Amino acid sequence: MIVAERKPIEEIMGFIRDCKRVLLVGCNECVTVCYAGGKKEVEILASALTMAFMKEGRELEVKEVTLERQCDHEYLEEIRKIIDEYDAVISLACGVGVQFLAEKYFRTPVFPGVNTLFMGVTEERGVWAERCQGCGQCILSQTAGICPVSRCAKRLLNGPCGGSTRGKCEINPELDCAWQLIIDRLKELGRLEDYETLIPIKDWSTERAGGPRKLVREDLQ
Amino acid sequence: MRLTYPDSIRIIRLPCTGKVDVIHIMKAFQKGADGVYVVGCLEGECHFLTGNLRARKRVEYTKSLLDEIGIGGERLEMYNIAASDGPRFAEVAKEMHERIMALGPNPIRGALKRKKAA
Repeated sequence: MIVAERKPIEEIMGFIRDCKRVLLVGCNECVTVCYAGGKKEVEILASALTMAFMKEGRELEVKEVTLERQCDHEYLEEIRKIIDEYDAVISLACGVGVQFLAEKYFRTPVFPGVNTLFMGVTEERGVWAERCQGCGQCILSQTAGICPVSRCAKRLLNGPCGGSTRGKCEINPELDCAWQLIIDRLKELGRLEDYETLIPIKDWSTERAGGPRKLVREDLQ
Repeated sequence: MRLTYPDSIRIIRLPCTGKVDVIHIMKAFQKGADGVYVVGCLEGECHFLTGNLRARKRVEYTKSLLDEIGIGGERLEMYNIAASDGPRFAEVAKEMHERIMALGPNPIRGALKRKKAA
């Protein structure tokens, strides 16, 4: 999922300082799972903003809506009828949703309510960690299902480096060395010989280095 | 025991403090409550195992949220009191009442009154 966290209220307040009516739009997908921008978080933020405005002696009308997704036209269409009644929109979706909403409703100011962090997993309740950087050329088959692009600080394709100590990374003693994890799992799988095979130089043009990416599937168009 | 506690306190009964969510506390403040405190069973004594521990974490988070918006996290507190401990219940009620009296009314009270009058 895409992991995000709520922006500080003060920052959000700054976006809507001159507004009287605000549409607060949540998203039922990833940001709901990581407790950043689902229905519940929309309710909490609406309450917090209303009180913060009241405290300053001003009134703010907040309309709460939570869409199934903000990265698809059909769900964003659901707010078309009401959006013009509001001075601005705060989207609690990831950066993708915020942008798509802004793209679709060109004349309405749209502000982000969360900081989008990474693509990751729920390691345990309340703990999320990065697992994928969307490099566009998956090498997990060669690395025992553990991604060195997202989990090694240096993104080494043939590791570990000299900074790996007792299975931990030199940048943070609590961070597992991705290459240690890879070697441990290869051993477990009885495929340690895979480690001897060098991974060739990666074509980074499929990653962000090649500019914004796009996927077209003609069979689905 | 015939104990008394301040009449400023309104009790909302719940099956377990684990049911208390951030939004419930926020709504109380939004409606003008000057202070809120959550009273759960003693730690380790929860009938549902971790309800009171979860409640405390939510209370802590809500405190930070109240600080962020200038209402003040000190208006909110979590206590753990045994169901049979009446004297402690009365003591905590008094303690919280005094704390809130010292802090004064909820900063949004004025705005709420004006809104009502309008």
